[in-house]
Order: sequence, then C-alpha cells, then structure tokens
Amino acid sequence: MPSVMLKKNAEGKLVFYVPKKDLEEVAESVEFDTPEKWGGEVLLSDGSKYYFEPIDGQPDFPVTLRAKRVDSGE
Amino acid sequence: MAALTKEETEALIQEVLEIYPEQAKKDRAKHLAVNDQSLEKSNKCITSNRKSLPGVMTIRGCAYAGSKGVVWGPIKDMIHISHGPVGCGQYSRAGRRNYYVGTTGINTFGTMNFTSDFQEKDIVFGGDKKLAKIMNEIEELFPLNKGISIQSECPIGLIGDDIEAVAKKANKEIGKPVVPVRCEGFRGVSQSLGHHIANDAIRDWVLENRDGDDSFPTTPYDVAVIGDYNIGGDAWASRTLLEEMGLRVVAQWSGDGTIAEMEKTPKVKLNLIHCYRSMNYIARHMEEKYKIPWIEYNFFGPTKIAESLRKIAALFDETIQAGAERVIAKYEAEYDAVIAKYKPRLQGKRVMLYIGGLRPRHVIGAYEDLGMEVVGTGYEFGHNDDYDRTIKEMGNATLIYDDVTGYEFEEFVKRVQPDLIGSGVKEKYIFQKMGVPFRQMHSWDYSGPYHGYDGFAIFARDMDMTLNNPCWKQVKVPWKTDDTSKVAVAAGA
Repeated sequence: MPSVMLKKNAEGKLVFYVPKKDLEEVAESVEFDTPEKWGGEVLLSDGSKYYFEPIDGQPDFPVTLRAKRVDSGE
Repeated sequence: MAALTKEETEALIQEVLEIYPEQAKKDRAKHLAVNDQSLEKSNKCITSNRKSLPGVMTIRGCAYAGSKGVVWGPIKDMIHISHGPVGCGQYSRAGRRNYYVGTTGINTFGTMNFTSDFQEKDIVFGGDKKLAKIMNEIEELFPLNKGISIQSECPIGLIGDDIEAVAKKANKEIGKPVVPVRCEGFRGVSQSLGHHIANDAIRDWVLENRDGDDSFPTTPYDVAVIGDYNIGGDAWASRTLLEEMGLRVVAQWSGDGTIAEMEKTPKVKLNLIHCYRSMNYIARHMEEKYKIPWIEYNFFGPTKIAESLRKIAALFDETIQAGAERVIAKYEAEYDAVIAKYKPRLQGKRVMLYIGGLRPRHVIGAYEDLGMEVVGTGYEFGHNDDYDRTIKEMGNATLIYDDVTGYEFEEFVKRVQPDLIGSGVKEKYIFQKMGVPFRQMHSWDYSGPYHGYDGFAIFARDMDMTLNNPCWKQVKVPWKTDDTSKVAVAAGA
C-alpha cells in the first residue's frame, strides 16, 4: 500500500511518484477518469499497475493517495 | 587516449570487479554501469541508494551531515545545536563554505559550532536537562538569534532522549521556533536520508508558521531559490540573474537564508529547484499543500543557463520572457570571451566526476561549453531518479558508478586516464599523488562561485589553472621515463 503523490505534468498527463521507491513515472491510462469518477487501475509507462479506490469526482491534483500494487510489470 | 567503446568499458568494469569475493562482486556489479542513452529508466542498468558494503572505502557521509551540514547549517540567523558529543559538530564546522552576510556571533551564526558536548553522565542519565539549559544560555548570550534547531547525533536516538518535548517547552519559554531534528547519523545509508529528515522537520515545524497571515505583500513574480547552498557565493550569482530578468527572489534555501524567508516561501508563485536531491521533498510538499509549482533548473555554463532562464520565463508573462532574453543578451559578450579564451586551452580534455547529489549531472554542460568531455560520473548518494536524469546528459559508453569505492575509482582512473578529476577532499590527494589534475567539486576547491554567468568565468579559469598547471609535468620521478609508462599502459589495455 504505497503512498503515491500524483500530479499533472505540463502535457496534462498524470505523473506518479512514490518517494520511498524513487519511482517517477507517467501514467499511461487510468481506468476511470471522468469528471464524475476517478480511480481504478492505473497503468504506468514501465508496465506496472496500481489500483486506487475509485472516488466521486476528480481529485484536486497534486495529491497524495494510497494505492494498491496490482502487478510489477515484467 | 581515445574514448573507450561500450565493450571496452564493460570489460573494464569486469576487470575491476575481479578482485572482490563472490558476494561482494555480485553486489558491486549492480552499482557500475555503462551509459546507454537509449534507456528511459536507470533501474535497468544501475542500483543506487543502498547500504555500502562493509570493508570497502566508501566516500559517503551520514544523516547528521545531510541535515546539519547541508540543509539546516546554512540558515544563518538560527543557532544549530549539534546535540551529542563534541566531535561531529567541531570537525564539520565551517567546512562547507556557505557564504552569508551578517556579523558572526551577533546576528548570524553560520561558522560557529554549538554543541551539548555529551559526557558519560549524559549518556547514562539522559541529556534533556542539559539541552534545556543550553537553550536558555543561548538565549542569554545570543539574544539576536531567530530560532534554534536541535541536530541529533547518534547517541540521542540510542538512549531515547525526548528532544521533541524539550523543544516544545523551550519554544514556549523563549517564543522563537525551536526545531528538533531526528537526524542521528546511523539513520539511512548516506547523507541523503538526512536531507529528507531535515526537509520533513522544516515541513512540520517551520513551513506553516505563517499560514493564514497575509501581511506579507506578494507580487506575481515571487519565486524561491531552493537547494542552493551559496557555496563560495553560488546563490548570489544565481539570484542576480533571476532578479535581472524581473523576478523577485523571496527566499534562498538555504545558503545565506533566514528562517523568516523559509516561513514566507509558501507565499511564492514558483519554486526553483537547483539541488533536486536534497530539497525535492519540500518542493513536492509545497506543491501539494500550497499548489506552488516547482521546476528544476541548472545554472552551470552558458548553454544550460540560457536553457534554464527560458524555461523559467516560460512560466511567466511576456515581461519576464523578454527579461530572460535581455539577460542572456547582456552577458553574451562576456561568456563568449571566456569561451574564446579558455576553450582552445581545454578543448578535448576528458573529465571524470564523482560528487554528491546534483553536480555529477549539472556540471556536464559547463564542461561541454569549454569543449571538454565528461567520460565518467557518479553519485555518492544519488537515488534512481537522479540517474534517470543523468543518462540523457552523459555520452554513450561512458562510465557510471554509484557509491564508488576508493579502489574502484583508482582503477577506473588508471585505465580511463582522464585529464581532470572532479571529486571531494577525501579523493583529492590520492589522485594528485598519482599525477592527475584534480578539482575539489564539493566546495569548489576554496574558489567559487561557479553558478551563473559570473561563476562560469571563474569555473573556466579554475579548470584551466588546474589542468594546465606546469607542476603536473614534474610529478614523474626522473628514473621513470615516458617509455616505461607507455609499456605499462599497453600491457594493461
């Protein structure tokens, strides 16, 4: 259950940062990413997947949220 | 000597690793790599921020060094108590050359050493009473101090003193910020965790002091310079450029900085990060809490300075963008003259670096501006996000070494034969005795500043002064002729 700091970069893409792991990745896709609902599985550019409890509405980025690791990619 | 190919560099790493026992070899192999620009992520080729192997000569520092020496120490109007035995503070006192303006001992305390000088009885019975007494004495002797930080040394964590309680009590008594920092040297694998702990202490004890207080008049052009420790005056050379382009520098973290500046930082519009490694934590925190964006910049060498000024200006309006162009144009003749003077003397020279957490990648541009090539670089305490940023800066097939050991560094130098080495004081005399020109790149070898356009002129002069110094020709003993040394190199190759 890592704490993940999420922010939007200049291109409007989601940047995923896990301080303890020095992991700084751009998210490829977010399962639910609409104004009404946000969360679900997030796929990172290195192939790893994390899961966020879906919430109503968009979080106010940048924000720190708890994520569950789904699989580590390769 | 011609540049090594990828295969040769890989072979060199294998050869150097040969001397280690099996387990150590396996472990060290993960920290040495050949740069490959096609890689997106450094974790494919290098492991970093791991515990140093017992028995090797590591060059790292400790968490106390990261907190007291790097982050907190330069805050000039606070008194930083080295809480514990006397040595940690005394032998690191004033060594980092963080310049500041002020009268030392009256309103600024940068080069002084304050310590609780632990004795046996403090270890046995605890040092909290002593600490409380010291803070009252400080208040009496140095009434113009603006706050106190308690920098823990190893015993504090071992005996379990409650410095937070003492700090809270003292804060009520003297009415100034008193910040306990749990930066015991044994925490973490290097000084890097000390930076993080120091950042967290600032976050918890300082940053929110002026929340809800809007008395500070702000402008749309307020910025904070974060992670510039003013070594040899670096922050001043950076600050002038930012001010000339029309920005207002509200705070300097932490070189020549004050606690008031730090408390005002949440009011700025943009945080500018120079040393990413030591202060990205607080920038990320401010981004989340106060919605202040941050960007990294690099003020080493005219190419990178121009790039950074434009990158910063792009986040503001046209007046600042025009300001950036004006600044670049203003200094153009100056830095062109520097390059014209020194480039012919330094062209094609090869450099190996081994520094702390930002310079191994940041100074590459400055060397390239002078026509020099960086053929090896490495961090004492960098993390993988630092190496991610380094891969693109370094040429293909160059050496990258993390937490390099004394032995490995020497062997690399013997084989790569750089014309100049940039590293710290612990490495300096080894390489000078080997007859290799050396610059101390932590404290600029008692020179500086190296940041900004003004700094670049000094940087170029210093590199030339060291590299082309006639003394290097005198290092070889007369009975060792050039012929024998050539044979040795050929045999080793």
